[in-house]
Amino acid sequence: MKKTCIYILLTIGGIIMIYPLLWLVGASFKSNDEIFTSWWFIPESLDFSVYKRAWQTVTDYSMGHYFFNTFAIIIPKTFFAVVSSVLTAYGFARFDFPLKKLFYMLFMGSMFMPAIVTIMPMYLMWSRLGALDTYIPLTIPALFAVEGSFVFMLIQFFKGIPKEYDEAARIDGCNSIQILVHILMPCIQPVIVSISVFTFLWTMNDFLTPLIMISSIEKYPLSLILRLSADSTGNGYEQCKILAMSVIGLIPSITVFALAQKKFISGITAGGLSG
Amino acid sequence: MKKNYRNPIGVKKYTGLLLIMPFIIGFIVFTAYPFISSFLLGLTDYNGIRQMNFIGAENYTRMLTDSGFHNAALVTLKYTVILVPLKLLFSLLTALIMNLEIRGIGIYRTIFYIPSILGSNLAIVIMWQFLFTSEGLANQLLEAVGLAPVGWYGDSAASMGIIILLRLWEFGSTMIIFLNALRDIPKEYYEAAKVDGCGRIRGFFAITLPLLKNVIFLNLVLQIIAAMQEFNAPYMITAGGPLKSTYTLGMLIYDEMFKYHNVGYANGLSWVMFMMIAVIVGIMSKLTGRFREEA
Repeated sequence: MKKTCIYILLTIGGIIMIYPLLWLVGASFKSNDEIFTSWWFIPESLDFSVYKRAWQTVTDYSMGHYFFNTFAIIIPKTFFAVVSSVLTAYGFARFDFPLKKLFYMLFMGSMFMPAIVTIMPMYLMWSRLGALDTYIPLTIPALFAVEGSFVFMLIQFFKGIPKEYDEAARIDGCNSIQILVHILMPCIQPVIVSISVFTFLWTMNDFLTPLIMISSIEKYPLSLILRLSADSTGNGYEQCKILAMSVIGLIPSITVFALAQKKFISGITAGGLSG
Repeated sequence: MKKNYRNPIGVKKYTGLLLIMPFIIGFIVFTAYPFISSFLLGLTDYNGIRQMNFIGAENYTRMLTDSGFHNAALVTLKYTVILVPLKLLFSLLTALIMNLEIRGIGIYRTIFYIPSILGSNLAIVIMWQFLFTSEGLANQLLEAVGLAPVGWYGDSAASMGIIILLRLWEFGSTMIIFLNALRDIPKEYYEAAKVDGCGRIRGFFAITLPLLKNVIFLNLVLQIIAAMQEFNAPYMITAGGPLKSTYTLGMLIYDEMFKYHNVGYANGLSWVMFMMIAVIVGIMSKLTGRFREEA
């Protein structure tokens, strides 16, 4: 009886959570009239030509071009974030060194630094370096372990691996880097998956940084082209086209989440981090 | 006395320092430098073109009489005060249910989590904007259950509501943090309490809540920082309207910086926001007890 109540509650909650997304997919096939008269998400007819039109976007470039741009940011950024976070976390978790306490405090503090304070001087710095309107401001910071939560998650994970593993490998003649690569990396695989997935999702979601740093339309990532399209579609315009573009824009995030879900969830559950 | 570093034999004392070099450089270039630079810029009249002049606290005294700033600060505080407690309460309650060992709970967990990972994706923000148009899904549903439709974008409270609802809908990541903490609580605690005749509700207040103190504080701080900086949703969905009722500090700073090129004033504003966050977090930390730091 009690269980049934919980299931009913969860199901109602689940529908509320998921219905807007179903509605979005359905509405992308609907005429303006139908969007604003029927709340049911299944459209009267399925006409895939809207996706063909949405793919063309409102600019001279197709969605394919903007996908390419987005991945040109995400792929190096993910790689940089993984390498720099793993090295930093390894240093904090396994070694003792001068000023360690101070650096750890600075590290914890930097996690709580609001981005809005740092973004304007960063803009001016990149501008002086002539790096505006390139992907440098979007990717290079990842080389320097700027995402504190990743490092934090890795430190927790490293601490869970017995130090005896390291010592045994050291006796066998491994140096510190070899221990990291051969002994520890296989153990922290789920966290590396989580870091990659989070970098992917957060970069897909990031709007303010590209809005500030990127100015030419041909270099826009997906988020900016969605904004441009939403801004340039008036009331009389075919609404389903911008909705279809939104659906296309969500596909990479949903695919990555679905593919990585198993490892990813185990990574965040064990490391104690999310969002 | 020479300090001994507890490292394995053969490891030099600078090895660790070398390994955290990415962080050290990153901290200097991407945190410390902009933080200090922002403070200094806030003391100037820099506008991106003209020669920079040191004007002392003039930007800050200007804020005292700038009604645009007062409005934005109030809007942001109101938004934070309404959103954060609701979101935490909602996340904690859901996490308690998600922690029950019943069949199929994994599917529900994923469903509740999905909106938060799509988070502030522009596609979601655009979708949300559609849901609340005068003939959008929200009003259609209200009418379907016999309620009067709402003019969401014309009403200041309702506009704020749209944005709060969006962020509430994305409560999944907060829920997962709570869920992880709940799982770390040994079951024996509850069993022992049960033997002592302690019921479920008392168990929650006597065992769960005290043990969750740190994670509640962590979520509180993360959510306050995020809410105080809110930009995407009001920028895209309501454009700050109607009558600036959803015009947040984040939007004001963005406009001052990138629309009017008042670099000095914008940086002063961002420092005031930083101080506001620091004060709020400081008060919270006094109220909830000291935040445990693990070194």
